[in-house]
Amino acid sequence: MFEIGLGHYLVVGAILFATGMFGIFLNRKNMIVIMMSIELMLLAVNINFVAFSAHLGDLMGQVFSLFILTVAAAEAAIGLAILVAFFRARGSIAVEDINAMKG
Amino acid sequence: MIEALVFYVFALTAVAAGIMVISAKNPVHSVLFLILAFFNAAGLFLLLGAEFLAMLLVIVYVGAVAVLFLFVVMMLDINTTELRQGFLQYLPIGVVIGGIMAVELVLVMAGWHFAPDVSSAIGAAAPPPDQVSNTRALGDLIYTRFVYLFQASGLVLLVAMIGAITLTHRQRKGVKKQNIANQIAREDSVELKKVESGRGI
Repeated sequence: MFEIGLGHYLVVGAILFATGMFGIFLNRKNMIVIMMSIELMLLAVNINFVAFSAHLGDLMGQVFSLFILTVAAAEAAIGLAILVAFFRARGSIAVEDINAMKG
Repeated sequence: MIEALVFYVFALTAVAAGIMVISAKNPVHSVLFLILAFFNAAGLFLLLGAEFLAMLLVIVYVGAVAVLFLFVVMMLDINTTELRQGFLQYLPIGVVIGGIMAVELVLVMAGWHFAPDVSSAIGAAAPPPDQVSNTRALGDLIYTRFVYLFQASGLVLLVAMIGAITLTHRQRKGVKKQNIANQIAREDSVELKKVESGRGI
């Protein structure tokens, strides 16, 4: 209980990941909250990487986490830009309205 | 003992903030709770000895990404009550799938162990932290062994920047703008006159 090991961090990561997944289902209409849930899931993945890195004494996990951070930032920027463009075109950000490419 | 206390404070706040992100009524509150979650995750990283990533999380995530979210949430004129319709309708399937995910992760966590030869698979052994700081050790790796990956991630950011600008840039109609080239090239606006001295025009 008072000896913090790898398992504690992995549990935090797992709970955050499940929370993010839950959030995607819970906010089926609000695109912005879905993107925030994705950010939460990426954060959980990063926690796992860093926890293993610290536990094994291997810096590779931190390097990988760094690149995940980069890609996540790019993804958030592009996603929000698409969202803004979509809102200008349709006046809504509900996921169910995004069906222009439906066959 | 103190480490355990700090860990539990950071971990519980991060998890609580994460739950508030997905359940807050107002998207602005969601973003603010996301910032809280990032701060606490940065605290966890500090506890793990990854100072550089902790600072990066605060600077890049809180300073850039979360503020970008906040900016977009406030810029878009969205009807939050309409967006929350069906919240309870999707609650059961969300609980089921989130629960399945959590249970699976816990099962994996309870059942795995390190391979016996795990120490031979270490890619880049971390130097002792009292001799080489975390930031320096990471820099030694990124600028030598992973230099191409580093450049590639720079390219990813450049493409993201160009993409975001081209997606959101628009030419608005009905806005008067100064066109300097046209202004200078006008024919009848500039006239040369020979002024006789002592007379004026």
